[in-house]
Amino acid sequence: MTDPGERQKQAARGARWTVLACAGVVLGMGGLALASAPLYDMFCKATGYGGTPQIGAAPGASTGEALAPVTVRFDTNVAKSLSWRFKPEQSRVEAVPGQTATVFFKVTNTGPAPATGIAVFNVQPDLMGSYFVKVQCFCFDEHTLQPGESAEFPLVFYVDPRLRQDPDIGSLSEMTLSYTYYPSKNGSPVAEVAKPRAASNF
Amino acid sequence: MATATAHAGHDAHHDHKPSFFARWFLSTNHKDIGSLYLIFAFMAGIVGAFLSFGIRMEMEEPGLQYFSNPATYNVFVTGHGLIMVFFMVMPALIGGFGNWFVPLMIGAPDMAFPRMNNISFWLTVSGFCCLVCSLFVEGSPGANGAGTGWTVYPPLSSAAGHPGPAVDFAIFALHLAGAGSILGAINFITTILNMRAPGMTLHKMPLFAWAELVTAFLLLLSLPVLAGAITMLLTDRNFGTTFFDPAGGGDPILYQHLFWFFGHPEVYVMILPAFGIVSHIIATFSRKPVFGYLAMAYAMVAIGVVGFVVWAHHMYTVGLSLQTQSYFVFATMVIAVPTGVKIFSWIATMWGGSIRFTAAMHWAVGFIFLFTVGGVTGVVLANSSVDKYLHDTYYVVAHFHYVLSLGAVFIIFAGVYYWFPKMTGHIIPEWAGKLHFWLAFIGANVLFFPMHFLGLAGMPRRYADYPEAFAGWHKVATMGGHVFALSMVVFLIGIVLAFRSKTRAADNPWGEGATTLEWTLSSPPPFHQFETLPKIVDEPAH
Repeated sequence: MTDPGERQKQAARGARWTVLACAGVVLGMGGLALASAPLYDMFCKATGYGGTPQIGAAPGASTGEALAPVTVRFDTNVAKSLSWRFKPEQSRVEAVPGQTATVFFKVTNTGPAPATGIAVFNVQPDLMGSYFVKVQCFCFDEHTLQPGESAEFPLVFYVDPRLRQDPDIGSLSEMTLSYTYYPSKNGSPVAEVAKPRAASNF
Repeated sequence: MATATAHAGHDAHHDHKPSFFARWFLSTNHKDIGSLYLIFAFMAGIVGAFLSFGIRMEMEEPGLQYFSNPATYNVFVTGHGLIMVFFMVMPALIGGFGNWFVPLMIGAPDMAFPRMNNISFWLTVSGFCCLVCSLFVEGSPGANGAGTGWTVYPPLSSAAGHPGPAVDFAIFALHLAGAGSILGAINFITTILNMRAPGMTLHKMPLFAWAELVTAFLLLLSLPVLAGAITMLLTDRNFGTTFFDPAGGGDPILYQHLFWFFGHPEVYVMILPAFGIVSHIIATFSRKPVFGYLAMAYAMVAIGVVGFVVWAHHMYTVGLSLQTQSYFVFATMVIAVPTGVKIFSWIATMWGGSIRFTAAMHWAVGFIFLFTVGGVTGVVLANSSVDKYLHDTYYVVAHFHYVLSLGAVFIIFAGVYYWFPKMTGHIIPEWAGKLHFWLAFIGANVLFFPMHFLGLAGMPRRYADYPEAFAGWHKVATMGGHVFALSMVVFLIGIVLAFRSKTRAADNPWGEGATTLEWTLSSPPPFHQFETLPKIVDEPAH
C-alpha cells in the first residue's frame, strides 16, 4: 500500500494525462467536423458518391462488343439571381457505353449587366455518378457574358462500359444530367454574394 | 458488488461553509453545483413546459387560435425542444445528479476540477440566456425567434430562411451549452478514472457512475461535431461561406450528417444516466443487488459505441442508396439487443425480490414500461421503408416523447424522490410522490399515445394548423397535457411539504437494499466528505 501523499500525487499525474487525452479527442473531433466539407467533397469526387460525375481522359479503344446505349437526358436550371437563359441543343442523346458524345449548351445573358456564372452538376440516379465520365465540360470554369451575349458551351463525356457489369444499375437505359448556373465571383462560386442583411447580424 | 467500510461521520464537525454569495455564485463544491444544476434545470423546465403548453393549446383545435403567425408557433416548438434537451434533461441528469452522486458513489472528496465545474454550470446558464434572447429578436421575416426546429437544418436556418439574428443567438446558445457540457464531460472522465476510492475497481463501480462515464465519452466525441457544424452554419450565414449552400458547391445534406452524428449519441446522453439511476432504484426497492451487473455496465458501453454508427436513420428520406439504408436499418436494430439486456435485467432484479412500492419505485417501474413502448416504436421507425411513410409525422413525435418525456423525465423525478432525503435531509411525503406519479403517468399517456394514431394517419409535425380530420385525437392529447401539468403542481406541493415538515431523513432512509456509498454518509452529507478515503472490500456472498 502506498501512503496517501504518494497516492494523491499519482492521482494528479493520472488526471493530467486524462485531461490531455480528452482535450485531444475534443480537438480531433472538432477538427474532423470542420474538415468534413472538403473531405466529403474529395470522397464524392473519388467515388462518384451522391451522383458526382467522374472527370477523366477519353476512353480507351472499345473492345468491339456493342453495348446497349443509355439515353442521357439534360436538365438545365438557372439560379433566380442570374438573368441567364440556359438550354441544351438537344434534350437527350443516346450514348453508347465506351464512346464519347458531344453536346452543346446555349447560354444567353438576358439581363442588363455583365454577369459571371458557374454551373454545378449532378447525375441521377446517384449510382450512375461513378460511371459518367466528363472529358471536357464548360462547368469546370466560370464564364462572363455581356448583356445580350450568347455562347455555345460544349460538353464531352462518355459512359463507362463497366456500367453494364454493375449488379444494381447495369440494366438501366436512362439517366439524367442536371446543371444549375449560379452567379460567381473571383473564380470561386458564391451564393448570392450581396448579403447586406447578413452583415448586420452582428 | 461491494460495500464500504467507511468512517465518514467524523467529517461533519469541521464543516465550515462559505458565505451565501461565495457558496452559490463562486461555488466549487460538487454538491452545491449539483443543487444549482437541479434548480436551473427545474426553472428551464418551467420555461420549456410553458412553450409546450402553447403548442398544445394551439393544437387543441384546427385553425389558428393563439398564434396569429404560424412562424411563431415553430419558434415555440424549437424553443421547447432546445430547452428541454440542453437546459432541462442534460443539466438535471448529468450536471445535477451526476455532480451530486458520482463523487459520493465512487468515494471521492469532490470532482477532479472543482473550479472548472463552476465554469461548466455558468456556461450552461449563459447559453440558456442566449437562447431566451433569441426568442425576442427577428428570425424569419416578420417573426421573432428561431423557428428552425431543434435540428437547425439549413436552408431554413441559413440566411435564406432566417435572415434575422435569432438563429445566430441560438447557435451561440448551443456553443455555450456545448462548451459547458464538454468541460463537464472532461471533469467526469477525469474524476471517475482517477479518483475512485481504494479498492473500487471499474468493475465494482456503481452503475450510475458507469452511466455517467459512458455519457461523458459520448459528449466528448459528439459535441465537437455539433460545434463544428453550427460554426459552419454561422459562417455561411454571416461571412459568405457556402459549406451548406449548393450555389457554392456546398451541400445541405452534409449538415444533416454532421448534426445527426452528434444528435443520435445525444439521445443516449439523455437516457444513459437515467438507465444508471433506474438500476439503483430497482435494486434498492427489490432489496437485491442488480441482476447481471457486468452485463448492465457493458450494455451501456455497447449502446454508446453502436450509437455512433446509426445516425443516418434520422435521414432515410435524403436519398441514401439502398445498401446504405440496409446498413443503417441493421445497425439501428442491433441497439435493441443491449437495450433488451437492460430491460431484462431490471425485470430479473425485481423477480423474487422483496419489492417495496415507494414513490421512487413507482416512477422507476413506470419508466421501464413507458421506455419499452418508446423503444418498440423506435424499432418500427428503424425500418427505412416504414420510416419513409412516418418520417416527420406525429408518430415520430410520440416515439421520442415516450423515450424522453416519459423516459428521461420520469427518471429525473424518480431520482428526485430517491435522493431527495439524501440531498436535503427532508422527506417528501410518499402520498405526494405517488399521486404525482399516477397523474403524470395517466396524463402523459393520454397526451402522447394518441400521437401514434395521428402520425399513422399522416399528421405532419411542426405545423400550427391541420385538417379537421385530425381534431379528435389532438383534443384528447391536449386534455392529457392538462393532467400532466396538474401533476407538476402535486410535485411542488410535495416539495413544499417536505421542507415544512420537521421530520428528518435517516442516513439511509431506504434500509437494506441501498448499498452504495452515499447512504453511508449523513443526510444531507457533510460539506466535505471522504477526507479519509473509504476502503472498498469485497463481500463474499451476493
